[in-house]
Amino acid sequence: MIYSKIAGTGSYLPEKVLTNKDLENMVETSDDWITERTGIKKRHIAEAHQSTTDLAFHAAERAIEAAGLQSSDIDLIIVATTTPTRIFPSTASLVQEKLGINSGCPAFDLQAVCTGFVYALTVADKFIKSGSVRNALVIGAETLSRIVDWTDRNTCVLFGDGAGAVVLSASDSAGILSTHIHCDGSYNQLLHVPTGPGSAVTSDAAYIDMQGNEVFKVAVKTLSSIVDETLESSGLEKHDIDWLIPHQANIRIISATAKKLSMSMERVVVTVHDHGNTSAASIPLALDTAVRDGRIQRGETLLFEAFGGGFTWGSALIKY
Amino acid sequence: MSDIEARVREIVVEQLGVNADEVTADASFIDDLGADSLDTVELVMALEEAFECEIPDEEAEKITTVKEAVAYINSVQS
Repeated sequence: MIYSKIAGTGSYLPEKVLTNKDLENMVETSDDWITERTGIKKRHIAEAHQSTTDLAFHAAERAIEAAGLQSSDIDLIIVATTTPTRIFPSTASLVQEKLGINSGCPAFDLQAVCTGFVYALTVADKFIKSGSVRNALVIGAETLSRIVDWTDRNTCVLFGDGAGAVVLSASDSAGILSTHIHCDGSYNQLLHVPTGPGSAVTSDAAYIDMQGNEVFKVAVKTLSSIVDETLESSGLEKHDIDWLIPHQANIRIISATAKKLSMSMERVVVTVHDHGNTSAASIPLALDTAVRDGRIQRGETLLFEAFGGGFTWGSALIKY
Repeated sequence: MSDIEARVREIVVEQLGVNADEVTADASFIDDLGADSLDTVELVMALEEAFECEIPDEEAEKITTVKEAVAYINSVQS
């Protein structure tokens, strides 16, 4: 039996930082209001010359280095993104070129919004388990600042830019224990960008639109049910989880999920205060942060969980 | 005080982190007890769990005090 394991992690944040104070000068809001409702204090914003590809490339280089591999060892690239550099070709193609990979390895993007990284990890895990791939590069990368309406105080305070990556490698022992992904398209209007390159012609603006309270309610309920589903499938108990690494949307959703898991917040990796919501990038960014600062150690059990537009939701249980 | 009202008050105290004596029947969750919009969502979810019912969003918006919460729960349980 072939399994996949996380061989290395990497992440990248653009240098430019936007604080809550900065936002007070842009829209009618306050540091207190943002902090209380979201936990966010600052977020990183890509420079005008930086694309999603650039962010993804830097995170990928770091993950490949941490795995002790060369770019030429990579035989699959998946980029989870809601904000691809171009409509086509895929951001994964552009990352492949930047990494100098000329083996002809498959490369594609995957769109599941904030759940994108968990979806991409699920897909890569299956490629490795089937024996067709040895080393997969799985990236979550976003420049959400480009699809935010900077005059809408309800949404513009929430999002940030960044990228995170992992190298998944074939292994004799289980690293990824289980993955679970779901979608319910009937909720598509609660959290969306109402137009795209293939839409019927409309006057809708290409900005994020969200019904915050409804999203919050469904997110909390759904995340607690997927945690139960994940534990049941693996035969593990709540106390077997060493670290919860949730999608970083909002500290209130994260706390509610931790409470349902009876986990103390000390065992939850939280980066939302520094990064904001970076959609598909948030889990690999949080993972890499906690791996590099020494909190997460080899052999520990990690639970990833995410919820996003679609609605999509998912989880992954991992022996790191 | 009915059992339902006592239970609702307990949940409000726990969810909003306020003192029991502040939670009068007519105290507004938002104006008097300092709840924000997400607190009220969490409060409704806690009520749904405690009383094993679904409170639709359009009904949830009308529940702004203990009295209104008790009235709603009585109406669905009878």
